[in-house]
Amino acid sequence: MLAFAFRRTLQSFPTIAAVALVVFVLFSVIPGSIATSMEDGRGPVDAAVAERMRKELGLDDPVYVRFANYATKLAMLDLGVSFRTREPVSQLLAKRMWPTLQLTLAAMVFAILIGVPLGFVAAMRPGSLIDAVSMVTAVSGLSIPKFWFGLLLMYLFALKLGWFPTFGYGGWWYLVLPAVTLGVSPLALLARTTRAAVLEVVNADFVRTARSKGMSETRVVRWHVMRNVAVIVLTTLGLQFGSLMGQAVVVEKLFSWPGIGSLLVDSVFQRDIPAVQGCILVIVLFFLIVNTLIDIACAVIDPRIKYA
Amino acid sequence: MTLLAVEDLRIDLTGAESRHVAVDQVSFSIARGETFGLVGESGCGKSITALAIMGLLQRPLAVGGGSIRFDGRAIQDLGQDELQRLRGKRLAMIFQEPMTALNPLLPVGRQIAEMFVLHEGAGWREAERRAIDVLARVRVPAPELRARDFPHQLSGGMRQRVMIAIALACSPDLLIADEPTTALDVTVQSEIVDLMRELCAANRTAILMISHDLGLVASMCRSVGVMYAGRLVEMRSSADIFKAPAHPYTRGLVASLPRLGSRAAAGQRRLQEISGVVPSIADFSAACRFNPRCDRATEVCRTDDPVITALPGGGFVRCHHHG
Amino acid sequence: MKLGANLSIGGSLFLLAVAVGILAPWIAHTDPVMDANLMMAEEPPGREFWFGTDAQGRDIYSRVVHGARISLTVGIFAQLINTIIGTALGLSAGYWGGWWDDFVTGLTNLLLAIPSLIFALAIMAILGPGLTSLLIALGLTNWSFTCRLARASALSLKSQSYVQASKVLGYSDVRIMFTQILPNMLGPLIVIGTLGMGGTILAEAALSFLGLGIRPPYPSWGSMLSEARDQITTAPWLSVFPGMAIFLTVLGLNLLGDGLRDILDPQSRSRRI
Repeated sequence: MLAFAFRRTLQSFPTIAAVALVVFVLFSVIPGSIATSMEDGRGPVDAAVAERMRKELGLDDPVYVRFANYATKLAMLDLGVSFRTREPVSQLLAKRMWPTLQLTLAAMVFAILIGVPLGFVAAMRPGSLIDAVSMVTAVSGLSIPKFWFGLLLMYLFALKLGWFPTFGYGGWWYLVLPAVTLGVSPLALLARTTRAAVLEVVNADFVRTARSKGMSETRVVRWHVMRNVAVIVLTTLGLQFGSLMGQAVVVEKLFSWPGIGSLLVDSVFQRDIPAVQGCILVIVLFFLIVNTLIDIACAVIDPRIKYA
Repeated sequence: MTLLAVEDLRIDLTGAESRHVAVDQVSFSIARGETFGLVGESGCGKSITALAIMGLLQRPLAVGGGSIRFDGRAIQDLGQDELQRLRGKRLAMIFQEPMTALNPLLPVGRQIAEMFVLHEGAGWREAERRAIDVLARVRVPAPELRARDFPHQLSGGMRQRVMIAIALACSPDLLIADEPTTALDVTVQSEIVDLMRELCAANRTAILMISHDLGLVASMCRSVGVMYAGRLVEMRSSADIFKAPAHPYTRGLVASLPRLGSRAAAGQRRLQEISGVVPSIADFSAACRFNPRCDRATEVCRTDDPVITALPGGGFVRCHHHG
Repeated sequence: MKLGANLSIGGSLFLLAVAVGILAPWIAHTDPVMDANLMMAEEPPGREFWFGTDAQGRDIYSRVVHGARISLTVGIFAQLINTIIGTALGLSAGYWGGWWDDFVTGLTNLLLAIPSLIFALAIMAILGPGLTSLLIALGLTNWSFTCRLARASALSLKSQSYVQASKVLGYSDVRIMFTQILPNMLGPLIVIGTLGMGGTILAEAALSFLGLGIRPPYPSWGSMLSEARDQITTAPWLSVFPGMAIFLTVLGLNLLGDGLRDILDPQSRSRRI
């Protein structure tokens, strides 16, 4: 198992390298990049700023030299210095890491705690009213724009009822609305996946064997269905995590949540290229780590994966 | 003494707006320790008959009439609790495909151990230990190691031994074996059959053997029922059915068996085949269901449903032109 | 019976959105950008202004109606680009195999490793806001699922006997791909395309909400919501209608996709997700 975990971790390194290259190409090679093109009504970039940017980014060096510098620094976890705050980007990111972690994990927990049981209940009585209601809920959850859902929650639970703070960062109370907003689409997807997975597993031959052993339906589900459904659900969760990270940007912005996502958007508007690059790399890294962990978890549950 | 009595069993297939009869007029009985075989092509209803006996039919299939009595009690009148106590403990079943019939995510030892936890109130530790004993009984080498293996790590023959171990763990009164050797290599088939026969004989476990292979069934069972398109068309002792098959379909089955010796000596080399296909459930009509494929079919076969005729020496046949 | 419900409800919602988009100039009451009237600012919904007015006194109804044009243009065309890229790459990779297949597979995995909204956001940051940028950003970042599907189908279809027969007959590779393989994967491709269009519309709205997509004063549903956020206490109706428009359009596409899958791709019915 350790060997598998090690191998799986090694496999993600080329991806990180490739993503680093893509990010470099996007922001450094394409002419007239972010430094000059973001004319968002604040007037053109003044000459002094442009000159400083060129210097710091080494834009006058040939491309291969620039990439070599970028890669060596990256290998030493040096993400450069923010244009805006003059802080090392890694420090900037470190401060934003915990809020984003908090938000995404809370959203995931919320999605799992509600989505999985919803899918289970629906699959146990296919065609019933419960099934229909939960699947309509699920397709609605997939279709609703997250920031709009967040606005509605904000209006109802913060402004009208006053149960939760409107926005900002603080105690756990502040986490509830953003996490629910972010969790709604993984919840919907989990409900649909769980339902499909349960229906598939329940009709498997080994479930018939389990019944022929004289097991009660509860035990059939506990001993033979849950585990097999878990693998399918975990895999979906891993795939879904990427879009969760994307939506986190929007939700953080909506609720003024001081995470990586809002840092990314702010840095884009402030033309803070090193910070933008750093944010994207960290988000991708986070996504890869989560997927690696999920793959390892799947291999623990499903012994066939190790040998595949 | 009768252990299992199936009487006039009918199984319905109920769709959204239609109902078809998948199996009907099926009657047979098995005594304690006896062996009985059901033979027929795939889709003839033999497997769902077995599932009906286990009380495991699922929508859209359901028992529509007749009775299944196990040890004097009607299966379809039992509550879920009673049925669960019966299944596994007194009524066990082996399925065709041991790869998919075992849970791929659990070690095989644990899947055997479940039987002791379910039916004999054992704790997991004790149950796992006894699972190793059962594995040894079905002659799995190094059982304490194999118990920790997952199904995909075992060969097809080993997997079917595990299935037998599960089925026989609690020494049931009746073992239903649904095509137990079909998915296996020919070389392994006879080992598995011998193993089943030997273990069941030792426990006086009756066997209901289901197969498309008349030769296999006849060699293992004292008597045989031949099913065609949802009905029993002939039921005889194994010896009689080979000597003088009464139904044209049975005759076809016997003729299609490769046999060394007699026929080769008679100069007949080619194996016989039965041409045509089984009618689908939706096409069952009032006529003899075998008539489109029968070389003896006459006008009466196309209009009238044949009734059962008792045969001298026991058994019966369902044909207008038997004998 | 549920099959038909998905298809008809989804289809009607989507057709309604398309009709509103096409007819926008005729059914809108005012010009969505120019007709500002500060005297009429922040009117709640009523007889004159069905959906109310915003801080500049513009008619929300007219802006929502015109917003359909932007959302659907981006949704349809960006998804079309994705489908073409994904199909071309996946089909050729599955059919030809070899180094080209390795390359395409690597590219797909790379794309899957970067959350697509983040990737689109990065491209928008470089290209600057606007419709063309949106089409590029959303059209180049969401083809991985289409590509995987096309590749898998091409792999399984190329060993079919009718494809082998065309080879023997001396048909060119491109001709085989277009006439023998593509038609047989059209069903699942349409399903993925329909569901993907919903995702693209949501992504456009999200980018515009962040200020990186369509910029005010142009009436994108996303940017309207971004303005509405600041007035949620004083004029909550500003948030209701643009969001409802996105929701119903995407819901329509998702239901339509589910309904089409039941018809066009029946094998996957049990694994409906």
